[in-house]
Amino acid sequence: MKTIDKNDVKHIALLSRLSLSEDELEIHSKQLASIVSYINKLNEIDTSTVLPTSHVLASLKNVFRKDVLKVSLPADKALANAPARDGDFFKVPQVIEGK
Amino acid sequence: MADLFSRTANELMQMIAKDGLDPSRIIAELFERIARLDGKIKAFVLANKAGALERLDSANKKGKLFGVPILIKDNICVEGEETTCASKILKGFKPPYDATVAKRLKEAGAVLIGKANMDEFAFGSSCETSSYGPTRNPWDLGRIPGGSSGGSAAAVAADLATFALGSDTGGSIRQPASLCGVVGLKPTYGRVSRYGLIAFASSLDQIGPITKDVQDAAILLGVIAGHDEMDSTSVDIPVPDYTKSLVKDVKALRIGVPKEYFVEGIDKDVASSVKAAIGVFKDLGARLIDISLPHTEYAVSAYYIVGPAEASSNLARFDGVQYGLRSEGAGDLIDMYIQTRSKGFGEEAKRRILLGTYCLSSGYYDAYYVKALKIRTKIKEDFDRAFEKCDCIVTPTSPTAAFRIGERSADPLSMYLSDVFTIPANLAGIPGISIPCGFTGDGLPIGLQILAKPFDEEAIFRAAYTFEQSTDFHKKRPNL
Repeated sequence: MKTIDKNDVKHIALLSRLSLSEDELEIHSKQLASIVSYINKLNEIDTSTVLPTSHVLASLKNVFRKDVLKVSLPADKALANAPARDGDFFKVPQVIEGK
Repeated sequence: MADLFSRTANELMQMIAKDGLDPSRIIAELFERIARLDGKIKAFVLANKAGALERLDSANKKGKLFGVPILIKDNICVEGEETTCASKILKGFKPPYDATVAKRLKEAGAVLIGKANMDEFAFGSSCETSSYGPTRNPWDLGRIPGGSSGGSAAAVAADLATFALGSDTGGSIRQPASLCGVVGLKPTYGRVSRYGLIAFASSLDQIGPITKDVQDAAILLGVIAGHDEMDSTSVDIPVPDYTKSLVKDVKALRIGVPKEYFVEGIDKDVASSVKAAIGVFKDLGARLIDISLPHTEYAVSAYYIVGPAEASSNLARFDGVQYGLRSEGAGDLIDMYIQTRSKGFGEEAKRRILLGTYCLSSGYYDAYYVKALKIRTKIKEDFDRAFEKCDCIVTPTSPTAAFRIGERSADPLSMYLSDVFTIPANLAGIPGISIPCGFTGDGLPIGLQILAKPFDEEAIFRAAYTFEQSTDFHKKRPNL
């Protein structure tokens, strides 16, 4: 049966863009291991012939709309909450190397 | 004459329309009470009297809810009003648009009085994960109000709000309603637009009413339900007049009683109250039918894969770029993401993000995520089969009454298991209500859950209304 250890938690923390302190790593590893061992209960059921649910309501099919121009949120409003902006752009720390 | 703060929305609507009641009096009474009591209950994260009076001035006088005050959970966007999901990472966020439900309430003339406390990003069953600190249960201030819509339920129970909106992903409307002794309805998935609801798990989330009685729930659902082109999962079928289902008659109604919901681990006062409630239905002429939902015991496991998986993806957007917190002083972009998220998310949010990321990560996707979706199919099939034999299903809402603050916060799994009876409805997409059906020996409220087929909220209203009209549990209020 699969379980989850400290190295797994370190790896998924990186994937999740989270940094964990030693204490956090310790406690999350312990708690996630207990949660994962509980959810492993699902393996009691044979699902080899069962289809996964993609949507709970069988009646809902693809939803299309006409491709027409409509007013959307103006840039100023969309940018109003930005921690940092430069004109009509969100400003972030440098991504590409250079000066 | 009874105080205005204790009135239902329906009573206030009548008093405003027929007796010329000035709605500013209701707002004045409510805010006097909020000032006096919310310091100890902490149901509100934002209570703005001046803003409410301004909104009343410009409210639609022809709307059916004209002048009726409403409280909205802090994960539902209201233009210009700080909306944080009770998280540090969204501190200061003022939405640039209204959620569709907020828009519909405004069009109906309702007056927003504030935002309600909740578990951070709706991750929790007790309101204890809020970055603002926990809301207290009005029936016993040492206990939790339930969650995640704990602020909404506590405020309605304490008469600090006439009615409220919550959201329900695994029981977050029904469980706090049960623990606070009020009515809470999770509509069918797709019945109410999720546009402007800050997403937790998009395939499970629904917005719904938390009210003092069943009639108010029917009225409020009628206002917020309906197709919305801004939410492609909202369903384009007509919204019935739900108040027409408020008839005191369950004769020949087929009520299913699932054996899997009456097992050990359930509190004895809860079990006896729910059994007594089932007896009430029988005495009123309903037909009781023994049913089985065999995959019930797997629902929590499936939910704690599907929910966190979707949450880990939805919460990727909180990275310090577009809104909310940004950690300054990071070396590069990735570092800025990491520092912002590590500082901004609380412990439970981190736990769910980690768990969800794990279940979706390479090598585990099929074993966990796809497996959980297959179990979801089995759970849905259980309900499909059951509803061939019955019109609605009754169960306890929660296996216990309100627990003590701090009692389960050190053990996440024990917290997760408190949603064992509410989670299946979210996985199956079906509607469910919780209504008051009794009290424990300690005087804590107990809730009865009624479930129905997709889009058959009418069966729920009929059964719930009949029960409410035949009992007095909903009339009792906490001593504050």
